[in-house]
Amino acid sequence: MKPFSYERVASPGEAVEAAAARPGARFIAGGTNLLDLMKLGIEAPQHLIDVNRLGLDTIEPTAEGGLRIGALVRNADLAADRRVRRDYAVLARALVSGASGQLRNKATTAGNLMQRTRCPYFYNTDMPCNKRRPGSGCAAIGGLTHNLAVLGVSDACIATHPSDMCVALRALDATVETVGAGGRARSIPIAAFHRLPGDRPDIETALEPGELITAVTLPAPLGGVQLYRKVRERASYAFANLTVALVAEEGQIVRLAFGGLAAKPWRVEVAEGGDDADLAADLALAGATPTEDNAYKLPLARRTLKATLAQATEVRS
Amino acid sequence: MTATPRLPVTLSVNGETRTLTLDPRVTLLDALREHLLLTGTKKGCDQGQCGACTVLVNGRRINSCLSLAVMHEGDEISTIEGLGTPEALHPMQAAFIEHDGFQCGYCTPGQILSSLSVIEEIRAGVPSHVTGDLEAPIPLSDAEIRERMSGNLCRCAAYPNIMAAIRDYLGEGA
Ligand SMILES: Cc1cc2nc3c(=O)[nH]c(=O)nc-3n(C[C@H](O)[C@H](O)[C@H](O)COP(=O)(O)OP(=O)(O)OC[C@H]3O[C@@H](n4cnc5c(N)ncnc54)[C@H](O)[C@@H]3O)c2cc1C
Ligand code: SF4
Ligand code: FES
Ligand code: FES
Repeated sequence: MKPFSYERVASPGEAVEAAAARPGARFIAGGTNLLDLMKLGIEAPQHLIDVNRLGLDTIEPTAEGGLRIGALVRNADLAADRRVRRDYAVLARALVSGASGQLRNKATTAGNLMQRTRCPYFYNTDMPCNKRRPGSGCAAIGGLTHNLAVLGVSDACIATHPSDMCVALRALDATVETVGAGGRARSIPIAAFHRLPGDRPDIETALEPGELITAVTLPAPLGGVQLYRKVRERASYAFANLTVALVAEEGQIVRLAFGGLAAKPWRVEVAEGGDDADLAADLALAGATPTEDNAYKLPLARRTLKATLAQATEVRS
Repeated sequence: MTATPRLPVTLSVNGETRTLTLDPRVTLLDALREHLLLTGTKKGCDQGQCGACTVLVNGRRINSCLSLAVMHEGDEISTIEGLGTPEALHPMQAAFIEHDGFQCGYCTPGQILSSLSVIEEIRAGVPSHVTGDLEAPIPLSDAEIRERMSGNLCRCAAYPNIMAAIRDYLGEGA
């Protein structure tokens, strides 16, 4: 790892001030993504600001009947929370489908939102990558693309967003709460939090430099049957090829989002309210730009959605 | 490249207070192995992918390779050395030996610490990918145990014997 200095802060205000004082600084939470990338030389912050002791590790009810999840709540604790298991099952199931028990004990809500792509060329520092080195080109285009995106891609980047948690948050219409320079607070709808690559795939979220995520809020529970189905190359401990986050009520799609398919968690609002999985798949996949290697994701998305909707209907009856 | 200032950190390791002065780049894994010479915790991938470096921090299992030692000020760290000794094995260690739950043994410290955590996590109601009813008590089933052990890879594929050891430890062995 490149040398860096390290500081521990005790409040969100201190964290934001520390970041403003040190351009090139980064927050570190669980460290499970950032340290991995630092070891590989893909990230090289000069200064780390440890945000683990900010007191942002509780889950509280909101006045609107929802939940406010502190940025530092660990993925394992969020999945185990009784209210999340009961009222936001799609989120609990998405969380436990990701990573391993050890990693979920460490990974935080904010870190999971900010985790970077698993594109193999992003990880290969010998090859061009517009995310890693803006303007260097994209080795994935024309390369081995079997687990790259088919929706929301650009000429500059065809990577997927790897998070499971974020797909459920997108289906549930979560909001990301932040505090920025000078203590300015913002609420960013999850739909606007992750960006499409366009011509700047290195800019991945709506966060400004030095802006700190303080919480994620969930609206009041939706009810219905909530399922998360993940298709991957091993039975466990592997990133997704494709996932479906579904909230259904009596065979009808209430919320639908896909993971592994697109440059960001991919909600399909036009399919919500319908009860025909084929039609929903047509709507979801219109405009897809598969390669020969990843064209399998189209029928896989359709069949996985069908199976998930059928399962939701069965659970109901 | 300018060197960064070394920082003091105090950890409790297997119940003993240890103070170190470390480059902030030192991972918890390297602090244990290289600075405290506790080599029971293994370095496999150094990237969070294999589980050989599993330790308990404040009672919870994590991958020590993806954590900086300086982030653990005041934390209680438990490693395989704190679990049992060759003369006084922990029952889970004894069960691994009884059932040949290893070949080369490289993944074994991580497997043993994880298997104890898995049992606690199931009892505490932490759901897993294979949990059916998210609100009911979780069974200590083979499927639950296997899924939760997936963060510990075994290059020698001792998996069936690891399962047998865990079942034996739970008092359901042959
Ligand atoms: C082997 C392996 C397998 C995995 N498998 C999966 C999987 O199947 N599914 C899945 O979804 N994920 C998976 N992951 C990824 C894992 O979920 C992420 O590494 C984790 O969620 C990151 O959280 P963290 O707290 O450790 O983040 P860190 O590594 O601490 O930080 C990640 C990023 O978030 C930023 N950050 C952290 N906190 C804040 C904050 N409060 N405000 C602003 N920015 C912040 C950091 O600056 C950094 O850029 C896997 C990881 C590994 C190593
Ligand atoms: S797809 Fe994106 S992440 Fe992958 S090499 Fe191209 S620019 Fe980099
Ligand atoms: S050495 Fe830490 S997970 Fe492999
Ligand atoms: S016993 Fe050899 S790696 Fe598990």
